[in-house]
Amino acid sequence: MRKVMTGHKAVAEAMRQIEPDVVAVYPITPQSEIAEYYAEYVHDGIVHTELVPVESEHSALSACVGAAAAGARVMTATSSQGLALLVEVLYIAAGMRLPIVMALANRALSAPINIHCDHSDAYLARDSGAFQIFCESAQEAYDYTLIAQRIAEHERVRLPGIVNLDGFALTHTAQVVEPLEDAVAKEFVGPFQAVYPLLDVEKPVTWGAFAMPDYYFELKRAQQAAIEEVPAAFLAVQKEFVRLAGRPYAGFVDAYRLEDADRALVVLGSTAGTAKVAVDALREKGEKVGLLKVWLFRPFPYGAVAEALGHLRHVAVLDRAISFGAMGALYSDVAAALYRRKDRPALVNYIYGLGGRDITVEQLQNVLVELPKVRPDEALRYIGLRE
Amino acid sequence: MKEIRWHGRGGQGAKTVSQILAQINLREGKFVQAFPEFGPERSGAPIRAYNRIADEEILIHSAVYTPDIVVVVDESLLRSENPTEGLRPEGILIVNTACSPEEIRKQIGFRGKIVVVDADRIAREAGTGFANVPMLGAVAAVLGTEWPIVEEEVRRAMGDRMGKEMLEKNIAALREAYAAAKGVGSAR
Repeated sequence: MRKVMTGHKAVAEAMRQIEPDVVAVYPITPQSEIAEYYAEYVHDGIVHTELVPVESEHSALSACVGAAAAGARVMTATSSQGLALLVEVLYIAAGMRLPIVMALANRALSAPINIHCDHSDAYLARDSGAFQIFCESAQEAYDYTLIAQRIAEHERVRLPGIVNLDGFALTHTAQVVEPLEDAVAKEFVGPFQAVYPLLDVEKPVTWGAFAMPDYYFELKRAQQAAIEEVPAAFLAVQKEFVRLAGRPYAGFVDAYRLEDADRALVVLGSTAGTAKVAVDALREKGEKVGLLKVWLFRPFPYGAVAEALGHLRHVAVLDRAISFGAMGALYSDVAAALYRRKDRPALVNYIYGLGGRDITVEQLQNVLVELPKVRPDEALRYIGLRE
Repeated sequence: MKEIRWHGRGGQGAKTVSQILAQINLREGKFVQAFPEFGPERSGAPIRAYNRIADEEILIHSAVYTPDIVVVVDESLLRSENPTEGLRPEGILIVNTACSPEEIRKQIGFRGKIVVVDADRIAREAGTGFANVPMLGAVAAVLGTEWPIVEEEVRRAMGDRMGKEMLEKNIAALREAYAAAKGVGSAR
């Protein structure tokens, strides 16, 4: 049944249906309501989750790591500075192969302090070893929370996963969401199978061990092998979900009107929706434009991105964060994906939307219109900036 | 697609009724968005809230710049907030005021359609003290929504936030404003 709910509520509903054994969470704008809704479910006895009200995000993820190693199904949520504080433990969760799913309400990092959306927090966790999914809508935030849980717990993966949803644009906007029936969602997620749980005293194991130069490298190589298993798990789980829910998801990227296009935008998150409106408006005028939305950001789907963009003449990659002193993170990934192709589009990197600066249909149309005239070089270009 | 901008003050419940308006329109089979002006809210400070209502899925996630309807929940904001900014010339301004549309037009110079609702008086007489609910009734009437859906969704949304007596007072205020605005004609 279709309902009106915010992105917060959509994520909290998915968490309620997953019903993890442990949720350790610390509130931060614009994530707080996820924690508040979940605390309400616990208080009202709707879920039987051990809610750990910790004193910081570092403690939140530390509690998650302990609980997950003990053998529990674990979830959390954070944003911005909270992510920055817990990122130390995120690397540990990935290195220990703990399937902790975390909603990240994307918000700009300080300084100056700001509570609004950009992707600097997600980019900070880019190399952590957690897989990352970006969502366009509250519906996707709901759907991909369920999907992420399955990927994280997949026997060949067992890694933490981040579900990104743009702060305010998705978290605070009430919109139409069609959740699955509880029984259907619960069956999709399935029971949790702990792997080598600490609490299995019959079979004692070591977690969080020390590794010297003689083994550290091999363990990191094994971790890379694990994240390389994400794409196959992502496709399988997504396919199963689509069969169940009938959503139009197919693959790592959402290729919108790209087949016969000569120009396109590449974006992450809620901007994809606005960009679709821009593409439709230009298509009305006969312009051959399209959009590539990247769902799976880590591990990066190089092949799918190259396949989707290879035939184009001009591509604008839009990053919602500056990777100071370098090209945008998404741009660099897209460039790497296209490098080995003989025919490849000219690439331009745009920075936009920092600290919640709005991005409009008109601005995105302008990018697509000016694109053929822009020199593809290593200069950052900015959308909606006063200079 | 219709875009609506609400002007109120923190604590007057403009955001709350913008969310109920979304529920009402979902019931009508529409796609909807409701969002506040993003950022910290302070009691008494001017706030804005927004709706989008459409027959197709709403993909756009940017702010609302050129609303079709502007709702002024607090009359004092007519002067301080420039509420007609971006309002389409064929758009509708709905104001909580005891003044006539002509008097409002003289004050702010808007040439489009002006609908006035004395929501403060309605709320006072109904015993609720909150103008947001009668303003919601006026907006629903202007949008052409059938009364039973409006009443049902307000009851559903507000039923567990207040006692039965206060809920009935709010429904009375909602009904009066809906009836008053319905006579003025709809935006359909």
